[in-house]
Amino acid sequence: MKHDMPDRYALAFQLYPYAKSPDQAAAAPVRHPVIVVGGGPIGLATALDLGKRGVPVLLLDDHEGAGLGSRALCFAKRTLEICDRLGAAGPMLQKGVQWNLGKVFHDDRLLYEFNLLPEGGHAMPAFINLQQPWFEKFLHDAILAAQAEGAPIEIRGKNRVEGVTPATDHVALEVMTPDGPYALEAEWLIACDGARSPLRGMLGLGFEGRVFEDNFLIADVKMKADFPTERWFWFEPHFKSGDSALLHKQPDDIWRIDFQLGWNIDRAKELEPSRIRARVDAMLGPGVEYELDWCSIYTFQCRRMDRFRHGRVLFAGDSAHQVSPFGARGANSGVQDVDNLAWKLALVVQGVAPEALLDSYDTERVHGAEENILNSTRATDFITPKTPVSKMFRNAVLALAGTLPFARTVVNSGRLSLPCTYDGSVLNGADHAAMPARTRPGSPCPDAPLDGCWLLARLGRGFTLMGIGIGVPETMAAHGVTVEGLSLDPTPELVARYLGGAERGVYLIRPDQHVAARWDHLDAAAVAAALARAIGKE
Amino acid sequence: MLITSPNMTKPDESYAFLIATHEGLSETESHALNARLILILMNHIGDAAVLAEAMRLARDPSAV
Repeated sequence: MKHDMPDRYALAFQLYPYAKSPDQAAAAPVRHPVIVVGGGPIGLATALDLGKRGVPVLLLDDHEGAGLGSRALCFAKRTLEICDRLGAAGPMLQKGVQWNLGKVFHDDRLLYEFNLLPEGGHAMPAFINLQQPWFEKFLHDAILAAQAEGAPIEIRGKNRVEGVTPATDHVALEVMTPDGPYALEAEWLIACDGARSPLRGMLGLGFEGRVFEDNFLIADVKMKADFPTERWFWFEPHFKSGDSALLHKQPDDIWRIDFQLGWNIDRAKELEPSRIRARVDAMLGPGVEYELDWCSIYTFQCRRMDRFRHGRVLFAGDSAHQVSPFGARGANSGVQDVDNLAWKLALVVQGVAPEALLDSYDTERVHGAEENILNSTRATDFITPKTPVSKMFRNAVLALAGTLPFARTVVNSGRLSLPCTYDGSVLNGADHAAMPARTRPGSPCPDAPLDGCWLLARLGRGFTLMGIGIGVPETMAAHGVTVEGLSLDPTPELVARYLGGAERGVYLIRPDQHVAARWDHLDAAAVAAALARAIGKE
Repeated sequence: MLITSPNMTKPDESYAFLIATHEGLSETESHALNARLILILMNHIGDAAVLAEAMRLARDPSAV
């Protein structure tokens, strides 16, 4: 019997067409070590990361590929570094648009320009702009490549989870397909099913926070106009389209325009092409030819779940936390969730680490979500002041920013997403006071050029013991984990980023390329103790 | 640490200058000027702890 499962949205790419699985005819529900629900960027990255770490993973998505629409657009350096570890960054960099220069306007007045001026000696740029469907397609391409190399990843399209029942040693799922329903079991379930997370709803879990009363119109326009590849942001734009507007370049001659429309609007009317064209015409000026490529209106919230781990169910990405779009912290923070979760779950599934290690996913990524919510809430309050007095101060800042550089540091059109440092994490071990703050325990390792390659390309398969100016063993085994040694000569970048005032350094680095502990000498017992701590065995 | 003991080199002159600076402005313009002035002074002071102390004191002058 065929069940009708209409798409909720149109696809940009069909990536994993429905195919009947033998599980659907099984006499008893088949149990999988890990099931991921949701085929967005976070679900795909989770499946890829787990599969590459050798964990059998099944991904269920209620569609058959990547949805239409640019949506998540700015992918930050840390995301690209994680994607590079996953083997997906190459095509992203090739297709994506790199930008460094931003301009900030108030009304029709250019207040100032800023250059992201990325620090030299990193493989990845500060940011690329790439439409979400392409980001997803490149992750899926990397999954296909990983599968060809034997990574145990399976994706089932048109598999919609309709019931979830947690049990002591597994989670039971009811899944609908075009061939009817079937049952599955997961030892671990990862919910990457987006901001409206049906799984979160089925489990009756809360999602508290602040709803901002505003509507944003995204208009993606295709034009050959000779605009530079820059980010242009307007406060109170002269073309009278709400409180703010943003113009951003995407690949394929497409430009993202965001108009802030305010709260009391007529959605259907605002989405009429003639009305959108009137706004775009006013912004671009006369005589610019363009086509409307994709348009959408959205509102946003800043909120998160209390906890991201609920027994054997783990939430990642928008299902766990949602932020305003200012500062590119949505998909970027979700990819950091994946980075944090995959190695921990792999060690738990492999029986190396205790389940308690997964509680550190919760504490570390709740910390990350809090940081993102704080930053994006501040940006939102600056862009849309909530009281007359806050508007007065906001406009005073803008009035000074044209001539006084100090005021530009207060202008907030979104603080660009930087990776999270897990200060105070229970997994963190020894620190060394003379070494730089940026590489303290909990920090993501900054990249550095090595002879013919990059530092980050050498990190992240498992735990790494990195010696700078000091030889470390090629491998070290402790607590069921094999730590790979990496002995490096000091280069100017390694000295600046890792040694600071220390003569030499030994770093224990987690599989997500975050620093676990560091010393200025090699002490095998101290390394083993820090490793135990970093895998939740202490 | 916020200085709350007398610290202005010329209190009368500076106060008179503040009032004169607002001369001829509408109330809205004066509020905007004050906002700019606060921001400029905030930058001059710089230290976040001192600024927070000053703001708390302004909100509740009895809390010295």
